[in-house]
Amino acid sequence: MYAQMIKSTGKGVKSLDEMDPEERAFQERINAGGKIEPKDWMPEGYRKTLIRQIGQHAHSEIVGQLPEGNWITRAPTLERKAILLAKVQDEAGHGLYLYCAAETLGVSRDQLTRDLLTGKMKYSSIFNYPTLTWADMGAVGWLVDGAAIMNQVPLQRTSYGPYARAMVRICKEESFHQRQGFDIMMKMANGTQAQREMAQDALNRFWYPSLMMFGPSDAESVHSAQSMAWKIKMNTNDELRQKFVDQTVPQAEYLGLKIPDEHLKWNEDRGSYDFSEPDWDEFFDVLQGNGPCSRDRMEARNKAWDDGRWVREGLLAHAQKKRSRNMAAE
Amino acid sequence: MSDPLFEFLCRMGDNTLVLGHRVSEWCGVAPVLEEDIALANTALDLIGQTTLWLNLAGEVEGKGRNADALAFRRDIWDFRNVLLVEQPNGDFGQTMMRQFLFDAWHKAYLTALQSSSNAQIAAIAEKSLKEVTYHLERTTDTVIGLGDGTDESHDRMQNALDRLYPYVGEMFTSDTVDAALSAEGIAPDPASLRPQYDTLLRDVFSQATLTIPASDFAHKGGKSGQRHSEHLGHMLAQMQWLQRAYPDAIW
Ligand SMILES: [Fe+2]
Ligand SMILES: [Fe+2]
Ligand SMILES: [Fe+2]
Repeated sequence: MYAQMIKSTGKGVKSLDEMDPEERAFQERINAGGKIEPKDWMPEGYRKTLIRQIGQHAHSEIVGQLPEGNWITRAPTLERKAILLAKVQDEAGHGLYLYCAAETLGVSRDQLTRDLLTGKMKYSSIFNYPTLTWADMGAVGWLVDGAAIMNQVPLQRTSYGPYARAMVRICKEESFHQRQGFDIMMKMANGTQAQREMAQDALNRFWYPSLMMFGPSDAESVHSAQSMAWKIKMNTNDELRQKFVDQTVPQAEYLGLKIPDEHLKWNEDRGSYDFSEPDWDEFFDVLQGNGPCSRDRMEARNKAWDDGRWVREGLLAHAQKKRSRNMAAE
Repeated sequence: MSDPLFEFLCRMGDNTLVLGHRVSEWCGVAPVLEEDIALANTALDLIGQTTLWLNLAGEVEGKGRNADALAFRRDIWDFRNVLLVEQPNGDFGQTMMRQFLFDAWHKAYLTALQSSSNAQIAAIAEKSLKEVTYHLERTTDTVIGLGDGTDESHDRMQNALDRLYPYVGEMFTSDTVDAALSAEGIAPDPASLRPQYDTLLRDVFSQATLTIPASDFAHKGGKSGQRHSEHLGHMLAQMQWLQRAYPDAIW
């Protein structure tokens, strides 16, 4: 999940009877599975919460280019390099669709970018972890894109039209990302001794950060309840985390890798795996900007933006010159 | 000298390999999101072309080497790319200028290669040309836009042109490999393509309000493999590291 700890109005969910007619019609449309489009009336809280959520998701796609970009120049074969490049290119495209979806809510891409660069807006905690070996490219695709899919597949049915449509496009590509990640893991897990060790090490480092992607338990959260009533959040964090664990454990077994959790056990009654919670103190440290790569990531984004200023200004100036030359010619 | 056909195929594949690698270094840090996507696209095209050229090179050589073996297991003296493409990215302007200078040559050369007497070469050229035509359109627009943009963008683009122009000449030098290939109708004589290249450059740089350097001095040593720049070794160290460190592994 790329959006974590999204705050809604925080006021608790109103019943239909407490709503004025406009809001009631809005909520009834959502309840009936209808879509809200940019020109439709919407509560201010809905709009703001969506901007935060879609913005954070977009930022995650953008910052998410960096940990994988870290290995493009060291990819071991031409094919692997092309696949990884295509994947990272997709992520940039995802960022673009999502910024466009956010723009329909009345916030510009430039504003969102500024909010990311000043640290006012966050991106997913997962991208603050380093990618240290080639197996990490496998682990990221398998686990990180895998966890993202868990969240994003239900969001294809979200109530806000542009967001739902962006998700449909994104999900198609994400499942390809996960498959290529798993494919790298297969090669590594069935490879030489050194490759197997790299694969296990990558799983060890990415397991708990992947579980953190779903965010802390939000069963009791008013924000979560409101977002679910609005259908901009479709499941609780715990539900998605459990689904992810249940899906991933057999895959790890298939790879012959060990999930780094001594308490991991099949629970016959629940029909699910019991597992250990990640270290939530570490999660909050990362959110505070104290992740292993937090500073590097923000510096890299800021540097790219600052270094690119003359390019953006130059191209804009040229477009303006051209426009005024065309006008003079008319 | 080794087989001219093998040399030629390495030249083609190494140009796209090395330039594709350089372009891929931009991943995630371009000036705008659309450029991140476009640069990745260019890099992907070039890597795809590399695979075609170097696989064919391996076939022609007949020693069981494929594109990966050639890309990841040769050392610097075996590389046959022109010096231009191994030059560092510099700022975005330098990257775009390098790409434009190369694209303009690449398009002219591939166009001629479409009528190669070697059917496999003609087929690769035809496929590559579609991609490269688009590359050249984009870099032409960018060079003009930034040259004729702000004072700062103009100065940066002029610096980039001054810095890179001495690497243009090597693309048009003809040597014994070129002579052997053009005698058999496999590839054009590069020198024959210079006039059309110069015409294009004059047109684009006049729109970009940039001045082509007066000196025609040309660095050499890349396509012959005799003397690459120091930059290439660092690129290879990065690119080839996994294959070198774990020679038995399959990835
Ligand atoms: Fe994505
Ligand atoms: Fe992603
Ligand atoms: Fe992805």
